[in-house]
Formats: sequence, C-alpha cells, structure tokens
Amino acid sequence: MNWYPFLTGLSAPQQLHIPDGFLSAPVAIIGWVLAVLTIAYALRQTREQLGERQIPLLGVLAAFIFAAQAINFPVAGGTSGHLLGGALAAIVLGPWAAVLVMTAVIALQGLLFQDGGLLVMGWNIINMGILTAFTGYLIYLAIKRIGGSEQRSILIGGAIGAWLSVEVGASATAIQLALSGTTPLNIGLPAMFGVHALIGIGEALITVGALALILRSRPDLLRQGEQAGGTASAAWVAGGLLISLIVAIFSFAASGSPDGLERVAEDHGFIGSALDPVYHILPDYTIPFIPNETVSGIVAVVLGTLVVFGVAMMIGRMIKTERAESHS
Amino acid sequence: MHIHFTDQYHEGESLIHRLDPRVKVILTVTFILTVSLTPFGAFGSYVMLFALLMATAVSAHMAPIYLLKRSIIALPFALAAITLPFTVPGDTLATVPIFGGITISQAGTIRFVSILIKSWLSVQMAIILVTVTPFPAVLWALRALRLPSPLIAIVSLMYRYLFVLYEEATRLLRARAARSATVDGVRSGGSIVWRGQVAGRMAGSLMLRSFERSERIYNAMLARGYKGQLRTVAHSHLQTIDFLVGTVTVLILLTILLFARIW
Repeated sequence: MNWYPFLTGLSAPQQLHIPDGFLSAPVAIIGWVLAVLTIAYALRQTREQLGERQIPLLGVLAAFIFAAQAINFPVAGGTSGHLLGGALAAIVLGPWAAVLVMTAVIALQGLLFQDGGLLVMGWNIINMGILTAFTGYLIYLAIKRIGGSEQRSILIGGAIGAWLSVEVGASATAIQLALSGTTPLNIGLPAMFGVHALIGIGEALITVGALALILRSRPDLLRQGEQAGGTASAAWVAGGLLISLIVAIFSFAASGSPDGLERVAEDHGFIGSALDPVYHILPDYTIPFIPNETVSGIVAVVLGTLVVFGVAMMIGRMIKTERAESHS
Repeated sequence: MHIHFTDQYHEGESLIHRLDPRVKVILTVTFILTVSLTPFGAFGSYVMLFALLMATAVSAHMAPIYLLKRSIIALPFALAAITLPFTVPGDTLATVPIFGGITISQAGTIRFVSILIKSWLSVQMAIILVTVTPFPAVLWALRALRLPSPLIAIVSLMYRYLFVLYEEATRLLRARAARSATVDGVRSGGSIVWRGQVAGRMAGSLMLRSFERSERIYNAMLARGYKGQLRTVAHSHLQTIDFLVGTVTVLILLTILLFARIW
C-alpha cells in the first residue's frame, strides 16, 4: 500500500491545500496570526468541555478525519466524491473541538506529507478547518432551529451546511490568492466557487450519509455536539474572522497594491514604456484597477452568501409548514 | 499497510541527521520564509537557494531524484497562478491568436515562473526535514519550541492511531469493492446520490468506531496514570555543532536575501 497516489488523488481535485510560494509573505503571516488566536481559544473551550478526554478523543477523531478523507465514491468520468470533514466534525463534536481536529489533520498533512505548505499553513487551517467548521455548524443549527429536531431537518441542515462550508473555504482561498497577487479575484473567485459547487455536493452526500447512520445508532452523540456550547462565541468568532478578512482586503486595496515592491517595479516598467508622467499613470491605472476588482469580488461573496442563506431559510420554512399541516 | 509508511523518515548517518530536531525545524522554516521574501524574477537568488538545498540533500545522502518525485505533490496547484501571464500588464511577449488575440506579458510570465520555482524550493526543504528527522522528533521539537502542548499532544495521538484508522478505512473500501460486482456492458451501481450515501454510511460507521476506540484509549491511559497531560523526556540537547550549523545557515540565507533585494 503506497501513500503517494492516495494523497495526490486527495489533493488534486480539491485545490484547497495551498502550497508555499503561492501566497505573499505578509498575507501568509496574517493567516498565522488569525489561526493561532482561534486555536488558542479553541484549546481553552474544549478543555472546559472535554476535560481530560480532550487529548485522546480529539487525537483519535483527527486520525478518523484523515482516514475518512480516503473514502471516496465514483462520480463520473473518472472523478470521485471526497470528504473534507470540517462540517461533519463540527456537527458531531461542536465547533471548537472540530477546529482542533481539523487543525491537527492539516498540520499533519502539511508537516509529514507536504500536502499544503508550512508558511501558508495558517490560511490552510482557516480555510479548511475553522471556516468549514463554523459554517457547517451554524447553518446546521439555524436550519434545525427553523425546521425542528426531526430527522429530515437534521439531514437537510447537514447537507446545506456541508455544501456551504466547502464553498466558504474555497472562496476564502480565492481571496487570499488575489491578495497575494497570484490569481485575480474576478477570475479566481468564480472558478473556485464554480468548481467547489460540484465538489461540495460530494461533501454534502457523504456528510448526510454519515449523519443518517449516527442518528440511527448513536443519536445521543448528536445531542452532545449541540450542547457542546460556545455557539454564541462561535458566532462571534465567525463574525470577527469575516470582519478581519474584509478589513484585510480593504487595507490592501487602500494601499493600492497587494505586494508593494513587486507592484512598484511593474509600474515603473509600465511607466518607462509609456513615457508618461507618474501622476498621469496612477489615476488611470493603479488606483481604479485594484479596488474595482476587489470590491466587485466582495460584493459577489456577500451576495452569494445571502442567496444561500435565503434558500436555506426558505427550505426550513417549507419543512416547518409541511410538518404543521401533517400534524393538523 | 505497514506502520513505517506513516513516517517519511529514512534511516541514515550524517551531520544533517545528527542535528538537533529544533535546529532542523527552525532552519526549514527560515529557509521557506527566505524563499517567500525573495522578490519575483530574482533568478540568481533562486539558483543560490537551490544550491543550498542540494548541498543539504547531498550531505544527508538523499538522492535528488527522490526529492524530485516527492515534490510533484505541489504541482496541481500551479493552476491557481496560470492566469498571471495574461492578466499582469507589461511588455508583450507573445500574442495567442484566440478570442481576437490574448497577449502574454513578460512581467506576468516572470511572476508565474517565479511562483512555481519558489513553491518547488519550499516543498523540497519541507521534504528534507521529514526525511532526515523521525516524525516523533519533529513533534517533540515543536513542543520544545513552545507550541501549545495540548495541540501537539493531539497531533501525536493522531499520528499514533493514523495507521489503525487508515487500515479500518481500507477494510471498509475493500468490503465495498467486494460487494460491488460488475458485468461488462451491464449498467451497475445506483445513482450518484445512492453511491454518495453508501460512502457516507461508511464514514459514519468509521466515526462511531473511532469514538468507541477513543473511549477505550482514554480508559487505558487513565489506568496508566494519565492526568490530563502527556509527558515526554528530552530527545536531545543542543551541541556546539547545532549552534554552528544554525548560525552559518542563517547567515547564508540572509546574504542571499540581501543579494536578491539589492540587485
């Protein structure tokens, strides 16, 4: 049994494990700072929640997520559906425990198998661990709250949460690549969003299958995950991450360039060939170019999220009314 | 699958193997940070960094071909930077005669090639680290470098049970393959949704087994006097040679970085 084909097969279709070199150093370091703060808080929260069981439980479940990522199913044309696992872990364990489980998985993949870089690991942890866990968990809870705690709303909540968690992680990756000047947002974001809309379906199907089985054999586990606590703080941190992401985008946009020195060098080359005064070139090109792209990207993300939230709300309502009718 | 597939460590006897794991972790991260701070298009510096990388590999008795084979893992991500030659403004290098002519800019091409080289250099150094250091020693170094010890404990435990659960997953996959017989020309297997649900139930049952296993492990740990923390003994102590190699390497990296930034 060889590990390499299994690992490359794992990372190739997902395109979420960012290797070193694709993010600029400032962007990578911001990612580490955000990740470390969240992990530190998660460590404290799970310590209260799990006590001494923290290390054995989370360690074995991290190994589970790693192994479960090898479980695939054929889709079409040689492609296959995979599990990322952040949403599933968050629904069963609670968001803070899931953050630690996913952090361990991503750390091991990066350290031992070079699946994802070391300097950019902060963002990999945020994209695939923190954002997926919070998105999956909060959507699942919201739909359960609207639709009631019967099996159908649990499964629908799990499905939408899992699908959206992959989308949020992919969109965040696209934003970081744009901030580093690797992929323009107007190309990267639609591409990541589009590809992961399909990959997210695999994630949703596997998550629902797993939840259905757990619901039938150990329903007590799901109740534990919900009472894991930290829902309010989870929402705060998710909001805080979102705000800091937006602030980061705007601060980079305001400075007019994602990576100062390189941009300046390019502008100089451009100026040299255009033979025009500097103050003529700047308003025509640098300032309008970046912010427009960034702002349109932000608008796209916000609109997309709102649409999905709207659809989720509507589905929740439909379940609720249907249930009310069948009861009457 | 055998346990040593879970470690990339290759037994060997060299100066690099003998270095303190803390020094090796710090130098790897410093190398990757240097690569990251090197500007785009500084090809002279890339060559020097590559020379340093090869010197490390050779003195650790590693075959360059092994490094090359392993470093392919980061290749698929190159797709993320593929648009650069077309989107970055600059002198036109060539024009592709599709969609009414798409221009390839020189600045964009340089940036694209630079990103690929930087990524490739970084991933190779990370490979060298785990090839010359046993993974438990890497984890010990991270703990000694003051990373949160519960987090390192979780990763250590995960690493210990990785192959157990991976084997469990392999058994589930084998069982599915065994009951999924196909006949040529006859359509087999259900819809995508059905297949997804089957994979999902496999993941669910693996999750329940992991839960129960973690309970057993916890009880076994309690029986052996576990009090909420894993305790380790020091793997190694810093020697003169560690300081020497560390200082020299950091100086070389600084010189390369200065060279890249000034010229």
